[in-house]
Amino acid sequence: MDLTLLMYLVPSLVMFGCGVFGFITRKNMIAMLISLELMLNSVDINFVVFNRFLYPEGSEGMFFTLFAIAIAAAETAVAIALIINVYRAVKNVDINQLTKLKF
Amino acid sequence: MEALGNNILYIVVALSIIIFSVLTVTTKKILRSATYLMFVLLATAIIYFQMDYEFLGAVQIAVYAGGIVVLFVFAIMLTHKPGKDAEPLTLHKKWIGLSAAVLGVVLCAFALFSYAKFCGVTARSFDSIDMAQLGHMLLSTDKFGYLLPFEAISVLLLACIIGGVVIARKR
Repeated sequence: MDLTLLMYLVPSLVMFGCGVFGFITRKNMIAMLISLELMLNSVDINFVVFNRFLYPEGSEGMFFTLFAIAIAAAETAVAIALIINVYRAVKNVDINQLTKLKF
Repeated sequence: MEALGNNILYIVVALSIIIFSVLTVTTKKILRSATYLMFVLLATAIIYFQMDYEFLGAVQIAVYAGGIVVLFVFAIMLTHKPGKDAEPLTLHKKWIGLSAAVLGVVLCAFALFSYAKFCGVTARSFDSIDMAQLGHMLLSTDKFGYLLPFEAISVLLLACIIGGVVIARKR
């Protein structure tokens, strides 16, 4: 059995679907952020796999993933700072409790 | 022999990605959710190693599994009482989520399987990119250079550090 491009795209597709499901159903802000990480990660896998299988002489997909990982880390840091600030203000991180933007 | 080992590794990694990503979004306890996320990220790093992008795999482990998951665990510890379950889902919301996810996955899977031209492509041999080459590419300005995104990312990271400190500090 040879490993083909499709065999790597299927797990990444399932991962993206799980991310969408979690992002819609979860009420907790941190759990939503975790689902978002799942989606970002599945897209990263796609970039690398396309780069390796279709255009192995270039390395654009690898560099794109490298920068995407850096941006994901920065985004998570800011989002967690926001969540901790929200928790300090209302003692809760459930999105259905957060109905006011100003306190 | 090498091909057989490669296939076994692929099966283990693919199954663990699928199982742990489903568990990440369905488990009741949020700390477990973060742990399963770590397993998914480690399996992704193994995929990168299998594709011969060693540096990318190392970055994935160091930044994602080492940095972001720890950040998640700290945030969960700061904002949750330990051992508390999440509220059960309302049926309405569960159906919306399930239908959105399943519809998206089915649509993408249909597109993938019907566009079979590239799906059967197998990996060609390639000379993997070494660290010196990668460093030169990151800091060069000619055709395959990435100096501009590199500098943009550094400014972005600086902005994020300042933003994080300003947002999270005590007033």
